[in-house]
Amino acid sequence: MSLTPISVGFLPLVDAAPFIIARNLGFAAEEGLDLSLTRAPSWSALRDLLAFGSVDAAHMLSPVPVAASLGIGGIRMPIDALMMTSQGGEMLAVSRPVARRMRDAGYGFDFADVPAARAALGAEHLRIGIPFALSLHVELLHRAFGGALDLHTVPPPQMAEALDAGEIDAFIVGEPWASMAVERGKAELLLPGTAIWRGAPEKVLAMRRDRADEAPDLTARLMRAVWRSCRWLESPANRLPASEILARHIDVPPEVIERIMAHRLVISPDGEERRAPQFLQFFDGCATFPWRSQAAWIGTRLAARHGLDIATARGTAMSVFRTDLYRRNLGPAGADLPAASSRLEGAVGEPSLHPAAAGRVILLPDPFFDGAVFDPEAG
Amino acid sequence: MKRLSIVLVEKLPERAALIAEALGRDHDLTVIDTDKGLARRIADLAPDLVLIDLANPSRDVLEELSLASSPMERPVAMFVDRSDQGLTRAAIEAGVSAYVVDGLRAERITPILDAAIARFHMFQRVRAELAATRAALEERKIIDRAKGILMKAKGIGEDEAYALMRRGAMDQKRKIIDIAQAIITAAELLK
Repeated sequence: MSLTPISVGFLPLVDAAPFIIARNLGFAAEEGLDLSLTRAPSWSALRDLLAFGSVDAAHMLSPVPVAASLGIGGIRMPIDALMMTSQGGEMLAVSRPVARRMRDAGYGFDFADVPAARAALGAEHLRIGIPFALSLHVELLHRAFGGALDLHTVPPPQMAEALDAGEIDAFIVGEPWASMAVERGKAELLLPGTAIWRGAPEKVLAMRRDRADEAPDLTARLMRAVWRSCRWLESPANRLPASEILARHIDVPPEVIERIMAHRLVISPDGEERRAPQFLQFFDGCATFPWRSQAAWIGTRLAARHGLDIATARGTAMSVFRTDLYRRNLGPAGADLPAASSRLEGAVGEPSLHPAAAGRVILLPDPFFDGAVFDPEAG
Repeated sequence: MKRLSIVLVEKLPERAALIAEALGRDHDLTVIDTDKGLARRIADLAPDLVLIDLANPSRDVLEELSLASSPMERPVAMFVDRSDQGLTRAAIEAGVSAYVVDGLRAERITPILDAAIARFHMFQRVRAELAATRAALEERKIIDRAKGILMKAKGIGEDEAYALMRRGAMDQKRKIIDIAQAIITAAELLK
C-alpha cells in the first residue's frame, strides 16, 4: 500500500514529541501516512508556512490558531485546533544574579508557591524573555505577576545567551530550553507553568479550517496517529526511548529530555532537584481533549489585550477548538469522550470521575494558583 | 517617488550586498546583522519596511513589534496583500518575510518585495552552485591522490590507474569517489 504524504511543521521543543514519535515509531504509517517533519525557525514562520500551504499541519501554541482566526498578528485566516497535544511544559527561570539576590533574601525556591515567588522576584522591575507574543507563556506570566511587565521576545534556544548578554533578567519558555540554560550554568528554575495553572493547554495540532474540512479522511488519520503517539508518550516506560528519539530532532542531550518527561527538574547549576506534578502531560486525564472552555479562556485574554469585543472573541475562539472532529474521529479509536465539551476551568481539585459519553472519564487536577474558577458562560 | 526607509535583518554579508545592490539606489537601506537588541534598534530606526529571512529565529521579535498597539509606536504589520496572495506565497517560498508600517500602499511595496524575492533566489542559486563546485573540487583531489597511490604501488600509468578504479566502482556498484576514498584509507593504514 502506498502511503499518503503529509507534512507537519514543528519547533524544537520537548512537546513536539507527539509529532516526532508519530513519524518515528510508525503511528503515522499505520494510518497510511508518510508524515514528513519540517523544523521551523520561529512561531510566526510556522504559522505562515501553515497559512500558505507549505505544510499541511503544525505543532502550534494554543493561542495562535485563536489569534489567526481573530485576525490578531500577521495573518487573518481560520486555523483550527483539532486536538490538544500537550499540557504544561512551560518553565519560568531567572538569571543567576537574580537567583542569588532572591536566595540572600531568604527565598527557598519551593517550585510551587506563586505568591511567594512573586514577592521574592519583583517581576515589575525585571526584563522578562518570552518565546512569542501570542503564547500561553505570556498569559501565565500576567496571571502570576500582574499586568505591567517588561516583556521581550527571544527565540527559545537563545534564552541562555540573552541572559548571559544581560538583555533579560528572567524568562518563561517551553522545555528543554530552560533546563538547557541551567545546564549551561546561566539560569535557575523558578516555577513550572503548571504552578500557575495546572491544566494549562499548551500545544495543539493545528490545521487550516478549509484543509481540515476538505480532506476529512486525511484529517482523521492524522488525528488518530498523533493521538496514539500521545498515548504512547504518557507511559513512564517509554520515556527513555522517547528521549533518545527526541534528542536527535531537537539537538539536546537525551538525559535532559528524560528528566523533563519524568517531571523531575534540576533547578540550579548546583544540581538541586525539584518535582513538578503533572509538569508535562500528553494524554492522561483527557489531556488531548480540546476543551472549548480553554479556548474561551484564551479568546478572553487575547480580546482583552488587543481591544476586541470579548463575547465575540470568545465565540470565535470556541469554534476554533474542534471538539466535533475530536468526537467523530477519536471516539471510534477508543478516546475517552467527556459528556460536555466545556467545563469550569480550574475546578478539578483532585483526580476524579466525571460524566462521559459512555461511562465515566477521569479528570486530573487543573487549578489556578489562586483558586479562581473560569466559567466560559459567565460574562 | 519618495524614498522609503528599509531595514534588512540579514547576517550573511553576501546576501545583504545583493539586496543592497537591488534596493540601495532608490531607497534608504539599513542592514542589521545581529539579533542583539533587534526590537529596540528597529523601533529607533522607525523604518517603512522591514525585510527579514524567514529562517531567522528572531522573526518572532518582529511579530512582537507588529502587535505593539501603543499609538506612540509605529504599527508594523506582516505584509499580506490580500488581493495578491501569490506574492506572499512567492516570498515565503523564497524565504523572505516583509513587515510594513500601516498605510503603506501595496503598489509601493510590490516592486521592493519582487526585487527582494529575486535576490533571495539568486543568492540561493549562487550558494548551491558554489557548494557543488566545492564538492566537485574536493572529489577531484581525492581521486587524484588515489590515482597516485595506485600508480606508485603497481607501476602503472595515470589512465590505467583511473580505469582500474572505474572498473572497481562498476564491479562493486559504488561511486568512484568511494573507491578512491577506500584506497586512501587502506594506504594510510598500511603505511
